[in-house]
Amino acid sequence: MEKKRRKKYVGLQKRKAIAGYLFISPFILGFLVFMIKPLFQSLYMSFCNVELGSSVFNPVWQGLGNYNQAFTVDPEYNRLLVEEISRMIIYSLAIIVFSFFVSLILNQNFKGRALVRAVFFLPVILSSGVILGLEEDNQLMATLAQQIETTTSGVSITGALEEILMTAGVGTRAFEEVFEIIDNIYDVAIASGIQIIIFLSGLQTISRNMYEAAEIEGCTAWESLWKITFPMISSLFLVNWIYTVIDFCMRSDNGVIEKIQTVMIDQMNYGMASAMSWIYFVIILAFVGITSFFISKGVYYYD
Amino acid sequence: MTKKPKPKTFENFWERNRLSGGYLVRKRLMGFGISLARFILLFGMCFMILQPILNKISVSFMTQEDLYNPIVISIPEHFTTENYQLAAQLMNYQKALVNSFIISITIAILQIAVCTLVGYGFARFDFPFKKLWFACVIIVILIPPQTIASSLHLHFKFFDILGLIRLIHGDTINLRGSAIPYYLMSAGCMGLKNGLYIFMIRQFFRNIPNDMEEAAYVDGCGTLKTFLRIMLPEAKPIITSCFLFAFVWQWTDGFYSKMFLGNTTLVSTSLARIVDSLGAYIQRITGVKTTISIAYANCILATGTLMIILPLIILYLFAQRQFVESISSSGIKM
Repeated sequence: MEKKRRKKYVGLQKRKAIAGYLFISPFILGFLVFMIKPLFQSLYMSFCNVELGSSVFNPVWQGLGNYNQAFTVDPEYNRLLVEEISRMIIYSLAIIVFSFFVSLILNQNFKGRALVRAVFFLPVILSSGVILGLEEDNQLMATLAQQIETTTSGVSITGALEEILMTAGVGTRAFEEVFEIIDNIYDVAIASGIQIIIFLSGLQTISRNMYEAAEIEGCTAWESLWKITFPMISSLFLVNWIYTVIDFCMRSDNGVIEKIQTVMIDQMNYGMASAMSWIYFVIILAFVGITSFFISKGVYYYD
Repeated sequence: MTKKPKPKTFENFWERNRLSGGYLVRKRLMGFGISLARFILLFGMCFMILQPILNKISVSFMTQEDLYNPIVISIPEHFTTENYQLAAQLMNYQKALVNSFIISITIAILQIAVCTLVGYGFARFDFPFKKLWFACVIIVILIPPQTIASSLHLHFKFFDILGLIRLIHGDTINLRGSAIPYYLMSAGCMGLKNGLYIFMIRQFFRNIPNDMEEAAYVDGCGTLKTFLRIMLPEAKPIITSCFLFAFVWQWTDGFYSKMFLGNTTLVSTSLARIVDSLGAYIQRITGVKTTISIAYANCILATGTLMIILPLIILYLFAQRQFVESISSSGIKM
């Protein structure tokens, strides 16, 4: 085995291997210096009480104290964590469904398709970074909406529909979540630009022959959606799911992230901030891992 | 001549329709209904996405009294450009624009140059531990930068390379507040969303057929020369679009800018502070500490946001195709 391996990289192979390493060397260096070290350092710091001196910082080991404090002493952290994660699950699902639906529409032929695509992709550019965080508490919009609501004396189709559905009394909680998403459809729409493009690229790779064959066999459009389109782009659901969850975690208007920022920069409590971010990171990683494991079981590979 | 076929086809249609038992008319109506429904749906969604921008545009031209006038909703009664002047002054617009432009361009060029190299390395070469290193790229994509933020913060506050600087200089150097750390990180592929760029570029290179490269090798082209002369021109579309993304995301980025470029006036950071600086400005003028009304603060904020995204919108109008087609051309699959 040892011999075989050594034999694998000789001559041209060896030269190519070296060239390959040279090509990726910036990444290796960057990864070791700016990722591995800070990662372990922050893991270590999360177990410490960091004392800041004038020129040196001095971590003092104190075990699980920071974690304990984050969970039991800090008044906000638990609440924020639960809120953000439940929000993430609901919104990610909504984003996936929405972008799948929109990409199905945008894949059809109609006039002005390029324009509509451009509009749907616009939020990727305009709602990134700081702008998104500022958008969140736009009081002016809220007052405007309130004004419109009072002038129309509270009569709205969605409101009426909501009431009708609520009176049924079954699954009220689930309905509430759905209504919340519908009321915030703007947030969903602006977060799904990249997902729409990924789905669209997948839809365009499905060959027309399949649909034609299905049609000849008497398949309706609805059936071929579930029997052809859905399995053929199922691998993209996995990609999009991971992307959406990760994207959601890194948004600047995320409550947990804001909390970590204030603890770190304003209160200068580095140990605590590290502990908090590690808790968050481990939860997210576990969540992504488990869900993508289950999704990948359902993914259908054509070739 | 031209008149004759027209009524004929018309008759034909009804004739055909009669023969098919009303199927043709039903099909036409269905098609019309579907496209109408699609039009309404898409129009609504496009309006929903564009509405905040339109709203900002109308608000930015309003005077203070218009903001409180309940009759004025979208078209201002007293048209004014004062808001723009004030916002420009508060954000230090010209300086911020130049700074942002320089930083975004240089960072984007650096990041994409390095990411292209790395992506090509991952796509085309076979070397030991390749899987492991690629797993590291995935980790870089997955780890939110906030996790290591606190540590990076300290890392650059007491910057040192293997204790060398301490040996020569006598003390560690504080790199915080300067732009150097961010350039260093960009050179090491650890900037904003760099893992994603590596991933996309690698996907693109993998889809290029091997033949051209092999032909170049056979003709005696070295590795680097093959990459520069043969593969790089092929990868132009993905590189342009990644560059555009890098530029745009860097332009609006708040996290890295706040962390590393805190002392430089950038459009993103000055926009985040605009409401506070408005308060300070008014206090300086009137001499009294007053709370600014929410509507006015938002009006200035909207104006500032518009001024910041204006260059991006212009860029998007010209390079829309590159943005949209980039991801489809990379053929992301798992």
